[in-house]
Amino acid sequence: MNKTQPALEVKGLTMDFGGLRALDHIDLEVRQGEIVALIGPNGAGKTTFFNCITGIYEPTKGDMIIHPRGKEPVRLNRLKPNIVTEHGLARTFQNIRLFQKMTVLENVMVARHCRTKSGIAGAIFRTPKTRKEEAEMVEFSYGLLEKVGLAQYVNELAHELPYGAQRRLEIARAMATEPFLLLLDEPAAGMNPKETNELDKLITKLQVEDKLAILLIEHDMKLVMSISNRIYVMDYGSMIAQGTPHEIAENPNVIKAYLGEAFDA
Amino acid sequence: MATQWKPLIEKITSELVKSLLVAAWFMFLTFPLMVIRVHPLERTIEWRWMNMIYVGVGSFFLSFIWRYLMERKDGGNSKEEGDTWQKRVGLRIRSDKRISLSGLIAIGIFIFIFPFIFSSYQTQIMITALMYVMLGLGLNIVVGLAGLLDLGYVAFYAVGAYCYALLNHHFGLSFWMALPLSGALAATFGILLGFPVLRLRGDYLAIVTLGFGEIIRLILENWNEFSFGPSGIAGISRPGFFGMELSLQEHTVYLYFIMIMLVVLTVLVVSRLRNSRIGRAWIALREDEVACQAMGIDKTKTKLTAFALGATWAGLVGCIFAAKTTFINPASFTFMESAMILSIVVLGGMGSIVGVILGAFVLILLPEYLRAFSEYRMLAFGAAMVIIMVFRPQGIITGIRQRYEFHRNTQKGKAR
Ligand SMILES: Nc1ncnc2c1ncn2[C@@H]1O[C@H](COP(=O)(O)OP(=O)(O)OP(=O)(O)O)[C@@H](O)[C@H]1O
Ligand SMILES: [Mg+2]
Repeated sequence: MNKTQPALEVKGLTMDFGGLRALDHIDLEVRQGEIVALIGPNGAGKTTFFNCITGIYEPTKGDMIIHPRGKEPVRLNRLKPNIVTEHGLARTFQNIRLFQKMTVLENVMVARHCRTKSGIAGAIFRTPKTRKEEAEMVEFSYGLLEKVGLAQYVNELAHELPYGAQRRLEIARAMATEPFLLLLDEPAAGMNPKETNELDKLITKLQVEDKLAILLIEHDMKLVMSISNRIYVMDYGSMIAQGTPHEIAENPNVIKAYLGEAFDA
Repeated sequence: MATQWKPLIEKITSELVKSLLVAAWFMFLTFPLMVIRVHPLERTIEWRWMNMIYVGVGSFFLSFIWRYLMERKDGGNSKEEGDTWQKRVGLRIRSDKRISLSGLIAIGIFIFIFPFIFSSYQTQIMITALMYVMLGLGLNIVVGLAGLLDLGYVAFYAVGAYCYALLNHHFGLSFWMALPLSGALAATFGILLGFPVLRLRGDYLAIVTLGFGEIIRLILENWNEFSFGPSGIAGISRPGFFGMELSLQEHTVYLYFIMIMLVVLTVLVVSRLRNSRIGRAWIALREDEVACQAMGIDKTKTKLTAFALGATWAGLVGCIFAAKTTFINPASFTFMESAMILSIVVLGGMGSIVGVILGAFVLILLPEYLRAFSEYRMLAFGAAMVIIMVFRPQGIITGIRQRYEFHRNTQKGKAR
């Protein structure tokens, strides 16, 4: 894997909600195996950016291209969310969207859907092929739960989990789709310092072991500064800066728009 | 001492006054209905004051007990109690294999000898109840698992019934030939309905499916050349038994066993589907449509399979219905039918197979056995439903998800 190869290229992405321009000609690039942070004040348009890439919103203008490893590049415009996921781009949600009344294991198993095949007939007749696939699915999902440290909760219902564990389950679920690029929307929100620390390690592990490219939105500046290779800063729908953590911390524009209000207090 | 009791006494008096007011209100409300009886022919009015006293006393005690129960429910969060109770019984039954095995055998024997120890009439009622079990389990796929509120389910039931009735009328097709055709045709209709409503959710979906159900009924009512209109189709053949001639009573027993077989088949298929790749996709769709798509599930396909599979069962039962009554007309396929099946699913517990079976028995058998109360039976039935929904809003039984056991070293999962 070449770290200079792009994983995601976004050019001139614009999104209008009626009269409101939530994204204004956004350019962004994530390279293979790189951790990139997207930061900005509340309402800057970060989540909207994720929703456009993952096919939940249809952007007004702009190009979005992903480069799955060892495959042809794919233009994401107008693709349905499930197709985007099939091409290897997975995400988590800012306001946790787990399948509440399913068990922790099932939440992960659901995400294996696009990597498995068995159909209705297979399910009804429990063919050997289906049973094998099902067993593999269980094993794979359990492995992921161990990786994120949720193995003791397998049979619990998702909504019974503590908050921090729910966030980690979101990551495990996204991982089950076997992405090469992972989008995390405020994964540390609501976590205590100890949990945030563990999350830091987990994200680094995903980068090193699974060779994932990761784009994360985060308000916790300590986390952002410690794990990101590069940082993009948004404000009012525009990209106002980009660079290494060091450069961003020094950038007067950023300090004015974003860090200022956080560090003044 | 006396001061200690004071709050309690005050509480009880205030509750008593409340109940008195409720009783007075009920006496007033039921006055024209229960007390006055006009005999138009004799031109006399009968005043039945005793009825008023019954209503007063009855509503006084009922309201008192009602509020007492509600108090207990709010105070001692009986919901949790109920859940642990259910878990305890569930665990006991499962942990002790012998109990469940002997229990199953006992139920099996009872089911087997039922038509021989009870009258033909009782068997008929049981067949109806079993039909509703199947309908409930079918709708449970759409509403309980996939979370798509379908108020026009009866349409697929009608499609199945008319499929057999018309094929039998015109081409003399036998029941066993028509049964799979009815299921397949209903599934096709399920997909046809599915396409236009793919984008709809919740109440919008409910309204459109309701309309679909009515459209099918109106077509059957008005397209005389095709469906024989309101007069319906008579003389539909009963299911054949290897070409033998059966008496009416034998037919009932035969149909009873067909139903038992089909219900067992339904339970088997639905429970397997529920814990399969497709079933999990349905539940994920119900839980969160956006997250479901973002996890790589094709929303369109998943919704359509739910509609199609749900409709299949309605089609099968429709075919059986036509064979059982030997006569069908559009009046059997009104919205009331859809509402009834939906009540079975909601009352029994959405997504739970045992719950739906219990729900069907309660809702179909209760009104039958309440016939003793003659005109009050629908009232008692309504009250029973309200009581169940107040105390168990999640339905009689809540759906349980499959559990897995993992062994540390092998890391292999086993369904338990
Ligand atoms: N579906 C929508 N319809 C209309 N406006 C929207 C919609 N989604 C987002 N917006 C608007 O777009 C702007 C950007 O919102 P967005 O959620 O992307 O911000 P954010 O950067 O993720 O903020 P936060 O840090 O609070 O999560 C906001 O002004 C928001 O009100
Ligand atoms: Mg956001």
